[in-house]
Amino acid sequence: MSDAPPSSFTRYPAGGEAFPHKDLTGISELAPWQILYLLDEAEQWVTLNRQATKHVDALAGLTIINAFFENSTRTLLSFEIAGKRLGADVVNMHAAQSSVKKGETLIDTAATLNAMQVDAIVIRHASSGAVRLIADKVDCPVLNAGDGRHEHPTQALLDALTIRQWMRARGEEEFNGLKVAICGDILHSRVARSNILLLSALGAEVRVCAPPALMPAAIEQMRVSPYTNFNEAIDGADVVMMLRLQNERMSGPFIPSAREYRHLYGLTTERLKRAAPHALVMHPGPMNRGVEIDSDVADSIERSAITRQVEMGVAIRMACLDVLTRRARGVPGWEPLKAEETA
Amino acid sequence: MRPMAPLTITGGRLLTGQKSGDKREPAAGAIRCDGDRIVAVGDVTPQDGDRVIDARGKIVMPGIIDLGVFEIDKPAFHFGGITRAALMPDQPPPLDYPARVRFAASFGKPDLWVHPIAAATRGLEGGELPELGLMREAGAKAVSSGRKWIADSGVMLRVLQYTAMLGLPFITHAEDAGLAADAVATDGETATRLGLASAPAEAEALAVARDIALAELAGAHIHIRQVTTAAALDLVRAAKDRGAKVTCGVTPAHFMLSDIAVNGYLTFARLSPPLRAEADRQAVRRALADGTIDVIASGHDPRGPEDKRLPFADAAPGMAGAETLLPLTLGLVRDDVIDMARVADLLCANPAAILGVPAGQLAAGLEADIAVIDPDRPWIVDSDRMAAQAGNTPFDRQPMQGRAVALFKGGMELKT
Repeated sequence: MSDAPPSSFTRYPAGGEAFPHKDLTGISELAPWQILYLLDEAEQWVTLNRQATKHVDALAGLTIINAFFENSTRTLLSFEIAGKRLGADVVNMHAAQSSVKKGETLIDTAATLNAMQVDAIVIRHASSGAVRLIADKVDCPVLNAGDGRHEHPTQALLDALTIRQWMRARGEEEFNGLKVAICGDILHSRVARSNILLLSALGAEVRVCAPPALMPAAIEQMRVSPYTNFNEAIDGADVVMMLRLQNERMSGPFIPSAREYRHLYGLTTERLKRAAPHALVMHPGPMNRGVEIDSDVADSIERSAITRQVEMGVAIRMACLDVLTRRARGVPGWEPLKAEETA
Repeated sequence: MRPMAPLTITGGRLLTGQKSGDKREPAAGAIRCDGDRIVAVGDVTPQDGDRVIDARGKIVMPGIIDLGVFEIDKPAFHFGGITRAALMPDQPPPLDYPARVRFAASFGKPDLWVHPIAAATRGLEGGELPELGLMREAGAKAVSSGRKWIADSGVMLRVLQYTAMLGLPFITHAEDAGLAADAVATDGETATRLGLASAPAEAEALAVARDIALAELAGAHIHIRQVTTAAALDLVRAAKDRGAKVTCGVTPAHFMLSDIAVNGYLTFARLSPPLRAEADRQAVRRALADGTIDVIASGHDPRGPEDKRLPFADAAPGMAGAETLLPLTLGLVRDDVIDMARVADLLCANPAAILGVPAGQLAAGLEADIAVIDPDRPWIVDSDRMAAQAGNTPFDRQPMQGRAVALFKGGMELKT
């Protein structure tokens, strides 16, 4: 295979019109059909990844930099595997080893990466908006692997792909009316924000649940229902999405203790009975077993999609890298974006 | 310096900045200056040997007194019709020693007078008292906590007792330190969607309530440099009604913009206090109309790319505001929020009264600080080509109406 075949789905505009973006910096920039396009594009990579030979040469000769200004193991690994399975040369840049520690500004770092003629940059940064700042300064596509509390779009896409596969197995297709409860540290969570945007864009009914200190102000303006009572939040939910409680927030000003957090907000087998009988349990990882989620729930073969999420993550990231590099690779129908579209 | 010929400006409409009487609104008249002083205002005819300038129907008003700037930026001030600026103590190093105050006080002369504001605590750290009395002798016209709020109420009370004794106003930055902590935005949909650390707008009212209470206890004059929320403005209004020595100000950003202006992580709209909700912006406009707000200042704080071309939370707050101060204030007249007489109060007379300097009005005997302004002159803000040291303005590319067409400091004509 020299090039990944352009989508065979006819419900999208032809060629590059199907995804008229230079970068993927946030779900907020995507129309609902563009989200579905990426999900559909990922299906082929799910299939590939389950074969014995998991490699194509679609991105052969391209250089991808994973620039992680914040520590990550899973997301970095997932992007690295995705790039390598597509045949690209993948380089990882860790902040700890970079000149960022020497006081170089983010813009200068971006200019440096740009000058190295890379073909895509994947960025994680601790400041909200940092990825957009870099994306505006470099010529190649930029993928957001998490910026501050703002967005983590590939996580939301992989979650949606996981949910859709689960729905299809049950003979359903539409996100409309799906009840999703997102529980945990909503305030500091980019995963929550991207998931709220994506799921509500596709018509799901999203509830968020957190102790008051970890609930953002005016969250209801994002078309979600806020809850502080976990039992009420998961009542009848089709999907229960748990968020990781950061260690540094487990005791002190935000919540009194991990023990109390588990008592009020931990997902236990008993509590899960309040959700719909078929409910799917998700967690972006890494988990704090015995804090936000109990092991018997996390490891439940019938209910937990946690390892499936990791699997879908690679496929989604392959789809994003493939789609965003098509213009540079000269894939037929994928003309360069006009200035006003990249601006 | 060669002695200047006496100057007479004829053909203008005089906006005198007088607090009472029938000369509040602009009226046809002339003004005559000799040396650095105004000698006659109103029904004046030029005398032989005078340099005569025809204002051609434009407004002739006192030079603007900008109460609370962070940088001495003459080109920007002169563009904006500003002849005096009160310099905030947040300087490198802070204005917490008499020698620094004395240097700042002489720094701009003769074409710009700087009125230094002394640091309320050493290093602006909120702890020990600096030599406020000696700094007053050195030229300090006020005392301020700078960009920060003094969190320790005991320290605040002692500073206020001291400023009351010295007869200096205390200029406070009203944001409760515990609530505002690491916040860079106001709680609300915008901050939540952008994932920015935010604080409730009530952080301002809490700080204002405490500061007013302590000022009343100490018998001090407190000036709240920026009041930006409805709740805090209500507190100021109530305090004024009971006769407390409270005054307050605002910068144009808070009556022009609400928090949606930071969308896209625009660091030029990163301000302190942060931009507020639309309802609060409307409350600021009402408070300008009803007289609760005494001063409009630029908060001039030019910041280059090294401070602004950063992720939003990492960028420094502040905007270059000197050039847009006058046109945005005149916009309030066009919007029927205030009249021209109030423009002179807000920009000239009130700042002078708060600082206790004989200026801010067109009256015989005062320094000849005069701005001739064309309230209708159109121009467009261009952040790449500002007079200011840096172009960090949230009003980039926006059309403005009104600017100074001639400016005199102590009778000396300046380039605007």
